[in-house]
Amino acid sequence: MIELLGLPFMQRALLAALFTGLAAPAIGTYLVQRRLSLMGDGIGHVAVTGVALGLLTGASPTWTAVVVAVLGAVLIEVIRERGHTNGDVALALLFYGGLAGGVLIAGLGGLSQSRLNQYLFGSITTISPGDVVVTMVLAAVVVLLCLGLSPQLFAVAQDQEFARVAGLKVRFYNVLVAVLAAVTVTVAMRTVGLLLVSALMVVPVAASQQVTRSFRTTLAAAMGLGMLASVGGLLISAWASFHATIAPGPTIVLLALACFLITWPVGAWLRRRKRIHAPFPDDPEPEHEVCVEEHVDHQHGPDCGHVAVPHGDHVDYVHDGHRHAPHGEHYDEH
Amino acid sequence: MQVRPVHLTGGSVAIAGRPILRGIDLAVSAGEFVALMGANGSGKSTLVRALTGLRPLGHGELRLFGTPFAQFHDWQRIGFVPQRPGAASGVPASVWEVVAAGRLTRRRLLRPMSREDRAAIHEALEVVGLADRARDGVSTLSGGQQQRVLIARALAGRPDLFFLDEPTAGVDLANQRALAASLGELKSRGATVVLVAHELGPLAPLVDRSVVMRGGRIVYDGPPLGDHAGPADVDLLHGHHHAHGVHDAPPHRDHAPHVAAPLDGGPTEGHP
Repeated sequence: MIELLGLPFMQRALLAALFTGLAAPAIGTYLVQRRLSLMGDGIGHVAVTGVALGLLTGASPTWTAVVVAVLGAVLIEVIRERGHTNGDVALALLFYGGLAGGVLIAGLGGLSQSRLNQYLFGSITTISPGDVVVTMVLAAVVVLLCLGLSPQLFAVAQDQEFARVAGLKVRFYNVLVAVLAAVTVTVAMRTVGLLLVSALMVVPVAASQQVTRSFRTTLAAAMGLGMLASVGGLLISAWASFHATIAPGPTIVLLALACFLITWPVGAWLRRRKRIHAPFPDDPEPEHEVCVEEHVDHQHGPDCGHVAVPHGDHVDYVHDGHRHAPHGEHYDEH
Repeated sequence: MQVRPVHLTGGSVAIAGRPILRGIDLAVSAGEFVALMGANGSGKSTLVRALTGLRPLGHGELRLFGTPFAQFHDWQRIGFVPQRPGAASGVPASVWEVVAAGRLTRRRLLRPMSREDRAAIHEALEVVGLADRARDGVSTLSGGQQQRVLIARALAGRPDLFFLDEPTAGVDLANQRALAASLGELKSRGATVVLVAHELGPLAPLVDRSVVMRGGRIVYDGPPLGDHAGPADVDLLHGHHHAHGVHDAPPHRDHAPHVAAPLDGGPTEGHP
């Protein structure tokens, strides 16, 4: 295992995984906030055409993919803004067009299936030194813009109309998010592949938002989880490669999904606990209803074991579907 | 004379070639609390969207604080509360973060938040009575509380002109009262408020002037008509204001708590 880490191709793969693991959830958070979780998927499919074009013409598939993905992302944004189509319909249109175009072009050029598969499902261990540098630079740009412009990007994704009246250039930020998403897709293309890229953008966000309450912690936790999943997935697949053929791309995605499976029940439990303890609305009690049930040997109090919920100026004790408020010698039904 | 925060003359708006607003003249003086009222589809929301620049004017001239709209860049003077079902989005956000977005009218790019920014955010949360919920996720709040968060967001930029689009829609009475208290506080500070409302409820005592719309035109502009408010309220507010000559036309109807569009409401003899 240790000697494996000393191999140059493994070091390159680790660097690429680290940077894409940070960048993909950073932009993915804004996509999820806009309820465009599948945008990464749409762009990924469009990028297939770009890769096929690059392979066919002999140009670098990374750069043709960047160009085609950016064009596709901007087109999705324009369809969303101009057309009366929903964002998801715009995505679907590009989605299918991109994939069909890519496979068609690849077929025309007589490209082998395995060549295209490298991009569809990732081949992080065959990444060249030049590609690593490109990956690192592009990922760093994505992360810096996502963090530096976070107040603006947050406001625009949260409420476009408010952002516009606040004087923000909403269209600029929309296109910026689309372009950053496209760049991220092509960056992550070598790591997890175009068909799984969206998972690295969305799953860490879905996992972290189970347990977070604020946008900032969601963003930070998603980036942490993304990095953990991509580096961890790569290491697991490298370790397992002694025993079986395990592709790094799917391992990374499954590891991210495992994070979600862990945080989901935790989040559900936290939310349930919070709901139970949420104060009751402070409406005036219409009538004074004395609890008929006898509290023979139980005295409600801060440590009585029942859920104590604030209600106006007093505390209700919740048990067996009742809300009991102490009133002199007896308890009232609230 | 003091510069009017809002001055629209001959304003008209068409959406996809269909005229929605026609011949709107509206001037709002500094410190005035104007309620834009009317039935659904009467154009009151479209008018507010036109006044904030979200809907381009087909004809007419809009001046904000005396500046033609095309040259207007003093966005920090405007606080906008859009009509939304809530303040939540696809990712959790704390109440504080949503309100902090209101400071963007004053913050420069890539600069960290200043002490003044934080103070303004805290103050805005105090005004709407949600300072103790600042760290909570905005989606855990009730609908009425989320509406107050949106008002705090508009407040955070410390504007002097507010546009509120149906802030009381779907909000329970207790929260409507809390809203009215917040808006009363704004009014006492001298803010100019343009409020779209279907019905005023607890906001009625704050209103200086009612503008009633029907079918994309202003059909009444004058002293508050009192939405469920007694004549006492009208008398109370009668003393001052209205030096503007906009509503010299006689009111088209003298009672209009609920102005119905020609087709909704009205006699029902056509029904089987």
